[in-house]
Amino acid sequence: MAESERGERIPFMQRVLDNPFLLLFLGVAIPTVLYILWGLIEITQIPIAD
Amino acid sequence: MATASGELGIIGGIAARFRTCPVTRLRVDLAAERLIKANAVAAVVFLAIGGLMGLLVALTRWPAVHLLDSEAFYQVLTLHGLNVLLFWIIFFEIAILYFASAVLLNCRLATPRLAWAGFGLMVMGALLTDWAVLQGDSSVMFTSYVPMQASPNFYLGLILFAVGALVGCAVFFGTLVIAREERTYEGSVPLVTFGAITAAIIAVFTIASGAIILIPTWLWSLGYIGHIDTLMYKLVWWGMGHSSQQINVSAHVAVWYAIAAILLGAKPLSEKVSRTAFFLYILFLQLACAHHLLVEPGLSAEWKVFNTSYALYLAVLGSMIHGMTVPGSIEAAQRRNGYVHGMFEWLRKAPWDNPAFAGMFLSLVMFGFIGGISGVVLGTEQLNIMMHNTLYVPGHFHGTVVAGTTLAFMALTYLVLPLIFRRRVIWPTLAKWQPYLFGIGAAGISLFMLGAGTLGVPRRHWDITLSDAILSFDFQPAAYLMLGLNGLFALLATVGGILYVLVTVGTVLFGEKVTEENALAALGPMPARVAEAGGSAQVGRHGGEGLVHLPGTYVLVGVFFVAFALYYFVNWKYLSELWPIS
Amino acid sequence: MAVRSPEVRIWWNEPVARGELLWIFIAFLWGLFMFFMMIYWHINGNQNLSTETYRVKPDDFVAKVESFVEKYKVGEEGDTGVPVVAPPPGSDVYMLARLWEFWPVLQLEKGQSYRLHLSSADWQHGFSLQPVNINIQVHPGYEHVLTITPTETGVFSVVCNEYCGAGHHTMTGRIRVVESGAGR
Repeated sequence: MAESERGERIPFMQRVLDNPFLLLFLGVAIPTVLYILWGLIEITQIPIAD
Repeated sequence: MATASGELGIIGGIAARFRTCPVTRLRVDLAAERLIKANAVAAVVFLAIGGLMGLLVALTRWPAVHLLDSEAFYQVLTLHGLNVLLFWIIFFEIAILYFASAVLLNCRLATPRLAWAGFGLMVMGALLTDWAVLQGDSSVMFTSYVPMQASPNFYLGLILFAVGALVGCAVFFGTLVIAREERTYEGSVPLVTFGAITAAIIAVFTIASGAIILIPTWLWSLGYIGHIDTLMYKLVWWGMGHSSQQINVSAHVAVWYAIAAILLGAKPLSEKVSRTAFFLYILFLQLACAHHLLVEPGLSAEWKVFNTSYALYLAVLGSMIHGMTVPGSIEAAQRRNGYVHGMFEWLRKAPWDNPAFAGMFLSLVMFGFIGGISGVVLGTEQLNIMMHNTLYVPGHFHGTVVAGTTLAFMALTYLVLPLIFRRRVIWPTLAKWQPYLFGIGAAGISLFMLGAGTLGVPRRHWDITLSDAILSFDFQPAAYLMLGLNGLFALLATVGGILYVLVTVGTVLFGEKVTEENALAALGPMPARVAEAGGSAQVGRHGGEGLVHLPGTYVLVGVFFVAFALYYFVNWKYLSELWPIS
Repeated sequence: MAVRSPEVRIWWNEPVARGELLWIFIAFLWGLFMFFMMIYWHINGNQNLSTETYRVKPDDFVAKVESFVEKYKVGEEGDTGVPVVAPPPGSDVYMLARLWEFWPVLQLEKGQSYRLHLSSADWQHGFSLQPVNINIQVHPGYEHVLTITPTETGVFSVVCNEYCGAGHHTMTGRIRVVESGAGR
């Protein structure tokens, strides 16, 4: 590792990818909202047959 | 190979807990090593049980054999799914998590005692569920769709197993924290560890979904809850059922990178690209749980299209990236190693007699061509109408989980034995043939089930002659041929599976000890590394550096793309000929 | 190496080979294409599964199917005792899935559309129309209504393809398709 690199600011996306707990949050929250919650909401809204 | 010599002082204070790996010079926490061994051994035991059940299933489906009676068939099929799809895979994945954290990060494992407790829970849970199925009143299949009910112990065992696996994930994340705080590595974690992080994140979602649905179902089986909604059950259950197989994808892609790195010295072409591909998995791969709900009542087309496509196919993009960067990094490494002639010398002269490489490359090709393509087609909202619950579905996931994941894990085992168990593989000739037998067997199983499914043959069905049905129906003769061939290839895969268990168990018990001197040779045949011979200065900083192009890899991905597109459109053609439905 | 930390601290800014970028671009476009293909088919395709669904008590659905059978029954299927029902084209038709049969046998007319109501009296079942190969999941408690238009005459079978216990492999049903006008 070159010494000269040490002072450089680490790019935003690299900091995101280096943060396992942020990734954990995203990886659990996204499918929970888009798959499970969205799906459950649709199921609860199914009308009753006459 | 860069060594982590800078960390010597930091962990020197607790050196008693470590040994130094003679091959990689990594410090290996002995507590982690014992846990890796225990989980790997448990994995192989459950693979042996589940694999045997799989053979019985295939022999019953084989019309000329039709081995089991219907009751035994459904019982054995339930056991097959649980033991290989859940127990074998997850035990092995926990071993990979501990390896990718403690070993690759040069670190001690967080709370080994808790990790043992997790292991104990997983073993207890797996045995309890198996025992419940063996009682005969819980032949409810892996999916256990309500309102069909299993005995309470069936669900309880799965809950215990899931909690144990969750503990394993927590230990993994804890180890990441320790490694960062104790500065046992510099900069970012290795790519393989990043793949393991991806797998662990998906595992947390998987296990949480499992807990959310299985705990109420367990209470329902005990009579404390009156009713479980069938659609809600299915939605949340697949959050576990499908995601658990997405853990596999992330884990076995990490394994591909690891084997290519250890055997060939392959570097990722670009850390940025490969990690972004894993990031796409973290964000979107789990949405594909919707693949199982495409012909369900009550869910909107918007929900189906968005989720089944992993949000505009961004997770498929991730897989297609890995499908290029893994062979690409191998080609780059081999070209560095001196195999520069023509388009494919790098591939022809790859160490095909090393089971770790052969298994890894077969896994890569078959996962892409068989499991991957069939998965996208199966998961296309409208195309699913022609395939849902037919044998096409197991055909697809035997392409992903057997030819892909299981073969990759088997391949990794040939490195785990010398590196972690520190035993040289006994019977190298048998080991050499093992991945081919198992791989070709798995490919056949997969392809012929895909074929039978295309002809409409139902999955999880004891008798497709429907001879006991009041209203008869005859499937095409080709369907019977497919099921017969499926049986033959299952036999081939079984031979490969038995060889794997024999070689693994034999090596652990009787293998020659690995020492400083024979450590490198114990990894099996591998190409001479020009880079190493000439000192690390010659190695580029990343795998793609200095290479204008990778013609062999471009041809491979080109062939893949053409096959993918053709098969995709052929299926739309079939669909357009179906009775109009709306 | 993939088992080592990246040798460059700031790897995010490393260049990416042109071939790699090209493949990523192609794969991304292909993904978009496949996504919009599903939407296109919703607009211009003839095979899109209806999402029209109602909550229904299984007993109520059984009662609906029974009155439907009573109203349009034209005979029995061979010596099986299973009623054959010939509803008028364009009408609501019912098929009940239960352990272990699809009930009744429907007689439909080629080229005519029907609103098919599917539900289960007990467990989940799989409606698999063969050899056409249309596969739909059937839930108890949910009445799924879809429009189907047979395009060929003949005898078609419904095979259960969701595991439903000990008799799963005996669970079938039948749809007869006759020339338009022939059934009346």
